[in-house]
Amino acid sequence: MSEVKAKSRGNKEVVTKKPFNMSYIRRYWQLYALLVLPVVYLIMFKYVPMWYVLIAFKKYSIVQKIWEMPWAKNHGFEYFIKAFKTPDFRTSLKNTIWLNLLDLVVGFPVPIIFALILNELRFKFFKKTVQTIAYMPHFLSWVIIYGLAIQVFAPTTGLINILVQNLGFEPIPFLNEGHHWVRTYIGLGIWQSFGWNSIIYLAAIAGISPELYEAASVDGAGRFSKMWHITLPGIKPTIIVLLIMALGNIIGSGFDRPFALQNNLVMKNAEVIATYVYKAGIKGSQFSLTTAVGLFQSVVGVIFLLLANWLARKFGERGLW
Amino acid sequence: MEENRMIHSFRSKVGDWVFVIICVIISLICLLPMVNLLARSLSGVDYLVKHEVYLWPKGWNLEAYKTVLDDAKYIRAFVWTAVLTVICTILSLFMTTICAYPLIFPHLKGRGFVNILITITMFFNAGTIPNYLLMKDYGLLENPLVLIVPGCLSVYNMIIMRSFFYGIPDSLRESAEIDGASFFRILASIYVPLSKPVMATLALFYAVGRWNGYYDALMYIKKKKELYPLQLLLYNILNNINQVEVATQEGFSQPGLSESLKAAIVMFSTIPILCIYPFLQKYFIHGVTLGAVKE
Repeated sequence: MSEVKAKSRGNKEVVTKKPFNMSYIRRYWQLYALLVLPVVYLIMFKYVPMWYVLIAFKKYSIVQKIWEMPWAKNHGFEYFIKAFKTPDFRTSLKNTIWLNLLDLVVGFPVPIIFALILNELRFKFFKKTVQTIAYMPHFLSWVIIYGLAIQVFAPTTGLINILVQNLGFEPIPFLNEGHHWVRTYIGLGIWQSFGWNSIIYLAAIAGISPELYEAASVDGAGRFSKMWHITLPGIKPTIIVLLIMALGNIIGSGFDRPFALQNNLVMKNAEVIATYVYKAGIKGSQFSLTTAVGLFQSVVGVIFLLLANWLARKFGERGLW
Repeated sequence: MEENRMIHSFRSKVGDWVFVIICVIISLICLLPMVNLLARSLSGVDYLVKHEVYLWPKGWNLEAYKTVLDDAKYIRAFVWTAVLTVICTILSLFMTTICAYPLIFPHLKGRGFVNILITITMFFNAGTIPNYLLMKDYGLLENPLVLIVPGCLSVYNMIIMRSFFYGIPDSLRESAEIDGASFFRILASIYVPLSKPVMATLALFYAVGRWNGYYDALMYIKKKKELYPLQLLLYNILNNINQVEVATQEGFSQPGLSESLKAAIVMFSTIPILCIYPFLQKYFIHGVTLGAVKE
């Protein structure tokens, strides 16, 4: 992303190739010295674990080193096959994709609409206050949001159900019935992120030339036709980039949100891959199986990202790269 | 013609107010759960049991907060999480800076290699279990360092900082180089002082991440409960009925107190961040934009 800028700047300069020798090192050693710690960190905590991914193809044993462990059956794919025969994993896979799809379809447009609304506000102070309030949920942890959700949505003691009961209706099982839980989960996700995600769209809107709006006003364009014909096309590249990233994440899942919100009554709808891996792997010690699941998830995620990017480029957009 | 324009401006005024009203409703949706929580945490037991508390506390009662502040367990977790947050934020800012700074020198040999090393980690993550087994082999399980070291450099935040550094004119750096300043010196006396906005933003991101995080503690710490950050303690309290029973046994036999107690604990764990973020708003807006907009 920012490389583009560096390159264009590099072109303007007179590029002199310096040989990599003692005088080069004497001159630049400080920069290399600074990079030592970050590179060591990346290798130790990002690249060494990639080597551990081999466990997915091996029979895990607590006493052996990774290279000593025997290969798994079926050319090493025993645990992948086993995973797909495990009903719990299949449920979690289905739920992951379904919840992410709902997030995408229902949740993705919300920050865009919110940014469009904010953009229409004339009073600067009011606009800033609304923004501050809308960013607030982003700074709450999912545990705290769960705590809030209990207070608001609990079956008999929650704020909404107290109102519902006072009006003479049956309480709504927001948190303890599968389908309602899914709605609550999606709703809370939107509540937590719409304000924060609107920042990027607001920045994109701020980059649109005011002359376009002035010209449209002269032509007698109204508020909504300006939104439709100027603002939305202006932020389209941003929307596409964020859409690609969301598509790349369709099988990925955070851990904090589902884990904090789920409970035993709704597991059939709430178990996602991340929480399944935690339960079967860390708690259940099925290391090979859950490493295989994690690898499957990563690989499919990368494929989706590449596919989405390819599609975007095919339709004439810039894509991620 | 004149009449037409008046109708037009009248319509647009009405439109303005419609948007204002929509925004007021959105703000209320964001705020009301917090207001409800606050009201409950301050309410008397009787009113909570009768479900009479909505957005305003009834039967003013600070008992829940007293219980929280008197309980060494919460105070300990609060202080521990605060210490952890400060250490993590400082370490992470340091790591982020020393990673971003060398990478802005376009002719640095090996820069491309490091960039690739970094980019790959953004696309491919080894996964939960390999990371867990790695921590085990490094001897970091049940170790406080596991809450600090593995997360000490976020590649996304590094990219934000690098983008900010790119925005600082090269001429500043070059003239300092000609004057014979070392690269360390240039970093310390030009880049760091000019980067206060991005430092503030990333400090906020790292601090919020640590303050709100519980995943690593849940994964890597099982026995040493004294190392639990506040959020994990909170999670256990919200889910574990035993905890509430303990609280009742300890002399708060009135039913319903546990509910206001839960509300008070949630409030107590949120307040630090809610007090800080509004003051950093103009910085983090810029930070998010740096990280995501394509240049």
